[in-house]
Amino acid sequence: MNNLATDFERLTQKAEAERKKLGAVRDQVVQALYREAQQIAEKVVKKEENKRDLDRTIDNIVTSKLLGYPLMLALLSFIFWLTISGANLPSALLADLLFGFQHRLTAFFQWVGAPAWLHGVLVLGMYRGLAWVVSVMLPPMAIFFPLFTFLEDLGYLPRVAFNLDRLFKKAGAHGKQILTMCMGFGCNAAGIIACRIIESPRERLIAILTNNFVPCNGRFPTMITMAAVFMGVLVSGYNTFAASFLVAGVVVLGVLVTLAVSWVLSKTLLKGVPSTFTLELPPYRLPKLGPLLIRSVLDRTLFVLMRAVVVAAPAGAVTWLLANLQVGDLSILAHLAGWLQGFGHAIGLDGFIVLAFILGLPANEIVIPILIMSYLAQGMMLELDSIDALRELLVNNGWTWLTTLNMILLSLLHFPCATTLLTIRKETQSTKWTVLAALIPTGIGILVCFGVTQIVRTLGLV
Amino acid sequence: MGLTAQSTGIYAFLEELSRSPVKADAVVALAGNPNTGKSTVFNGLTGLNQHTGNWPGKTVVLAKGNYRHRNKSITLVDLPGTYSLLANSADEQVARDFICFGDPDATVVVADATCLERNLNLVLQVIEITPKTILCVNLVDEAKRKRIEVDCPKLERSLGIPVVPAAARDKVGLTDLKEAIHKVVFGKQRNRPKRIVYNQAIEAVIGELQGEVKRLFQGKFNSRWVALRLLDGDPTLVNEMRNYLQRRQPKAEPFLEKGEGVKGFEQLSNRF
Amino acid sequence: MAVAEFELTQLPIGRMAEVVKVGLTGLARNRLLDLGLVPSTIVEAIRKSPSGDPVAYKIRGAVIALRSEESRHITVRSIN
Repeated sequence: MNNLATDFERLTQKAEAERKKLGAVRDQVVQALYREAQQIAEKVVKKEENKRDLDRTIDNIVTSKLLGYPLMLALLSFIFWLTISGANLPSALLADLLFGFQHRLTAFFQWVGAPAWLHGVLVLGMYRGLAWVVSVMLPPMAIFFPLFTFLEDLGYLPRVAFNLDRLFKKAGAHGKQILTMCMGFGCNAAGIIACRIIESPRERLIAILTNNFVPCNGRFPTMITMAAVFMGVLVSGYNTFAASFLVAGVVVLGVLVTLAVSWVLSKTLLKGVPSTFTLELPPYRLPKLGPLLIRSVLDRTLFVLMRAVVVAAPAGAVTWLLANLQVGDLSILAHLAGWLQGFGHAIGLDGFIVLAFILGLPANEIVIPILIMSYLAQGMMLELDSIDALRELLVNNGWTWLTTLNMILLSLLHFPCATTLLTIRKETQSTKWTVLAALIPTGIGILVCFGVTQIVRTLGLV
Repeated sequence: MGLTAQSTGIYAFLEELSRSPVKADAVVALAGNPNTGKSTVFNGLTGLNQHTGNWPGKTVVLAKGNYRHRNKSITLVDLPGTYSLLANSADEQVARDFICFGDPDATVVVADATCLERNLNLVLQVIEITPKTILCVNLVDEAKRKRIEVDCPKLERSLGIPVVPAAARDKVGLTDLKEAIHKVVFGKQRNRPKRIVYNQAIEAVIGELQGEVKRLFQGKFNSRWVALRLLDGDPTLVNEMRNYLQRRQPKAEPFLEKGEGVKGFEQLSNRF
Repeated sequence: MAVAEFELTQLPIGRMAEVVKVGLTGLARNRLLDLGLVPSTIVEAIRKSPSGDPVAYKIRGAVIALRSEESRHITVRSIN
């Protein structure tokens, strides 16, 4: 067997010597293959000259100098508008259904004579947390994911990469980073895994570290809700159109931060030049609706929802306990929030909000439910069945438009959720980079909120 | 070196494949350029009987699926979409390693009827490795709309392998494809793939190296192709060949970390 | 009559040219070869991205975008 190995080495050496004599073997091989392919294709393919090429016409518009960027923005806003306005009614119905069932549960617990704390943990904590996550997340995801999958299957995403490539090149990043960011819209953990399509380790790491600047589906509900609250504070009544523009604006901000951080990283920790990049712009293909729905609902919507449900249930229970276990004359939650109050105030928030973000580490989608639960535990019992009721609750707790704005900003700019962090750890095999992936966005978020708050307060706008 | 080197890559993947609960009668590889509707063909053949797994040691996600045809169970391995098998990227390397060392019972190449020429490059590379190849010319409906016509019988004669036209989105041609796979896998059809002839100088060296390759690998691989790759000097393949020679005892260390692919999300990465 | 040879970056949109040589080495070169950028291949410049770079080319039936970093190493000559 060892003989075989040495014989093999001799063979490779011989091949190498021959290669040096022959010159560019690879070139000759590839050329021969393509020549053959061309000859066969000429024989078997009949092609009628096509005067109008629809693909070209579409590309002329979506990648045009004038309309390329505005169209992307418009499309993004349009998707959010469809998502926000389409999700309103089903969300309300689901909330009615699920919170209605809560009364039945309560009745059941009273009937069996269960202790109050058990009812609190299971129903008021766990079940309510779940009900909130499902009713708030499911409808927007069930609209957003199919829309997004549609664009993906249609072949639009490579055009986005084509339009934005130059910015990413300037930032020292890989052109495919845009595609991993698109995945991040669904779920940052999935976006991190998608970074595998980038081969250069340097650029892959940049893409991994910045993927969190794309708001994932766990954060969209927060942003959408906050945008609705925000717009309601500014303008009377609830304006979905303005809210969708606001969310689109947040996404644009996320992209800008991504570019900035990528640029800094590629000048400092991850020095280097972008590696070669080629991008195919495939023909547009109208997707079949059936498989598209099955794939986007089963594989994506339910996948993300299930994961949210798995973390929301225990988190709901823990929050209830924290809000109801008293130490002295205050709940643990209130104590914790009290400690964070100073810091929270400095960045235009309050202690409860900061605490909600920290407790929301397992999953971003539970930040708002935790927050609501903590405010509600402070005494006011409210039926939270509409945006207006939520707004009332928040305003009663001292919120201004600045609080809402900072809430949206921090939602975009803070540490990734636990699942994403674990994924980063697994993909990079490094604790150092994982920690950095949490520190960078959190640091930026604190700075931005602090800056905005100080400016607004100095100018006396609130 | 030693066992650890061998238990990553292709052999660990094969190990995992052999431990799958469904005992398949045959393993078929699915190759193709990106954007050819390869995943549609894969989904169309396997339905929901599929799951994803990592290629150990490489950051490439592969999907596997099963289907039954004529009372035989077939495992289909969805390789990454690539333009070529010359191992210029991890994807290409994985696809090549599976077709070459994974010893699939057949390899299906999915091609896009609207730009056949580009796709034929990959087809020609696959038939250089294995004669047990089937070409699925997908998106014929799309081609028709663009007034492009592919003469499949003629293509079949030119390539020397079965050619099946399909419109996988509408499930057109999939039964024919299953049938063609069946014939190739169970020896009911012998392919005589076209041989690509290189220039004289290269051909002469291939001839020189080929004999030694045959002796070393005992007819295991296509000696002409191995000789060509050695001449081309592809280090990843040379390494894999070394591994192969050092192995020979089939037991590899069981592969530990089971990859967790996020189903549905990696479809995008398959396209690039 | 000698035909002018120039860099692919200089090919105006809507015009075709024939590849003469690919000047890169190593992996970058091999990747371009894989796309069919071998001598005698016809390429057509299709469109520029809104910011001017990358540029999309039609290469053997597919539309492929190349950054100027790559395309400046590809020498082409014009055809009628």
